[in-house]
Amino acid sequence: MTTPGTRIRLTGCAKTFADGTRALEPLDLEVNAGETLVFLGPSGCGKTTTLRLIAGLEMPDACGRILFDDEDVTALPIEKRNVGMVFQSYALFPNMSVAGNIAYGLKIRRVPEAERRRRVAEMLEMMRITELADRSIDQLSGGQRQRVALARALAVEPRVLLLDEPLTALDAKLREDLRLEIDRLLRRLGITAIYVTHDQAEAMALGDRIVVMSKGKVAQIGRPRDIYLKPADRFVADFIGNINRLSGMVRNGLLELPGGTLPWDSPDGPLQAALRPESLRIAEDGLPGLTGTVISAFFLGDRQRLLVEGVAPEPLIVDAPNRIEISAGDTVRLTFDADALIPLSH
Amino acid sequence: MSDMRENTLLALLLAPALLVFVAFFLLPIGRLALAAGSGPDGIMAYAAILTDARYRESLIATVLLSAGVTLATLALCAVCGLFLERNRFPGRAVLIGIMTLPLSFPGVVVGFLVIMLAGRQGLIGDLTQALTGSKLVFAYSMAGLFIGYLYFSIPRVILTVMASAEKLDRRLEEAARSLGASTFAVTRDVILPGLLPALLSSGAICFATSMGAFGTAFTLATNIDVLPMVIYTEFTLHANIAMAAALSLILGLITWAVLALARTAAGSSVAAAG
Repeated sequence: MTTPGTRIRLTGCAKTFADGTRALEPLDLEVNAGETLVFLGPSGCGKTTTLRLIAGLEMPDACGRILFDDEDVTALPIEKRNVGMVFQSYALFPNMSVAGNIAYGLKIRRVPEAERRRRVAEMLEMMRITELADRSIDQLSGGQRQRVALARALAVEPRVLLLDEPLTALDAKLREDLRLEIDRLLRRLGITAIYVTHDQAEAMALGDRIVVMSKGKVAQIGRPRDIYLKPADRFVADFIGNINRLSGMVRNGLLELPGGTLPWDSPDGPLQAALRPESLRIAEDGLPGLTGTVISAFFLGDRQRLLVEGVAPEPLIVDAPNRIEISAGDTVRLTFDADALIPLSH
Repeated sequence: MSDMRENTLLALLLAPALLVFVAFFLLPIGRLALAAGSGPDGIMAYAAILTDARYRESLIATVLLSAGVTLATLALCAVCGLFLERNRFPGRAVLIGIMTLPLSFPGVVVGFLVIMLAGRQGLIGDLTQALTGSKLVFAYSMAGLFIGYLYFSIPRVILTVMASAEKLDRRLEEAARSLGASTFAVTRDVILPGLLPALLSSGAICFATSMGAFGTAFTLATNIDVLPMVIYTEFTLHANIAMAAALSLILGLITWAVLALARTAAGSSVAAAG
């Protein structure tokens, strides 16, 4: 049961609310057929507004157009667009059973009883909740509810699946399990999916591409890898993962920082750049390094996160391997490679 | 040992409430039940409610009137309450104020208002006289009572509906629409089930109030007998205390049963709503 993916195009879609707030600056965007596109950003950045425009729950300002494949759906209300929606709050119908919820869209479409039963059973099996079919909604856990919500949205074979922070209400372990499951599901179905989240780990794990948004504008669009390794600006760099800022001076083949010098292969002059915590290493004995003092050390299991001062003008966040014995107050020597630096233009 | 002391303490603490319950509820009801059975016809006073056409018809009329008023009020208030909750417009607060005004009027005043509207010298009468040449007067009929009861029932129900509408999860409606549901289907499958507990409980109150309303009936009911009026005339004019008591008990019983039924239904629907 593969749903052929729908290509979505937005042209000049802005949104101004009745009270005059500009939620979204004019946006041009193309979502490829079968792609999972994640909108990522802090609250109020316009990501949910964009989702609601695609859903048909909001209308774009004049001039904005939304196309599903070659069909202009701008004027179509949500009930005519055939989109599946999954909400943070699950939004399951409390007056219907699990099976009743999943069957609802089919009932509205007047799918015959036998066919409806078959589809519901198929959906229950796909989400591995067959044993919950006759339960009422208030007997389900959060994770189970979201599975039902997914099954309900997918039962009608929507052209596009829209997910609005679907995992935010769940606790950490469950969130990860369901995230993996959603990922597998989206790949298998080949459905075009728009996923809104403020959680960068979720965005990176699920997105074919990520749209980072800030204040109603797109800050960067790209593959998770590109967004993380080559952030377009300081906002993106800061929002995705942790970032350290370095400012030093290159002189006579040496990079001079408050903690010492490193051999450096670039023309003389000031150097401004950013660096991810995992790009900093503890220098081996006998090799060049920058000396600093550990202010705090958090053991995280798979690694330890250090805060080191004295190396650069600002304290650095460093991810060190978990087997080295380090605690606050220790002196460490750090090094990094030139190609790990992220140039920051602004 | 300490258990026994605790029980004694509990009994002592319960005593005042129990005393009030006995003095103001059990004793009068008991007296009423005795009075109903001690007339010339004895226990047959109860049977007379069904065998005597006057009592039977007034009982049926009262139940039908109350049920009709309840249904009309619920239909009106579900629509208006939802609209008022979901739309912000100039004058909204004033409108809500006007709609809840009847709460401050006693039944007699409501009856008076109905006479001013649809009585012999009423507004509608004058209008129809001018337009058609014949005067439309319905204040003193069932229609007049219906208007009066509707008038004082609306505020109780509309406030409950608005409070309940405020708590409806809009995401549910959006989810239903995304699945293709029309406005009608959303109303039927999402909004009304969400409002059901509020409609049931406020509807039961509305029914109970209409069953026992006296002031309005007293002002208007020259041609009609609703149960509270019958009880009043039996008691004061005919001094038929046994019959009045039997009717009172039946009136109370029906009202109580409807309230209990609504509470059970609302309770189970609330539970289902999780």
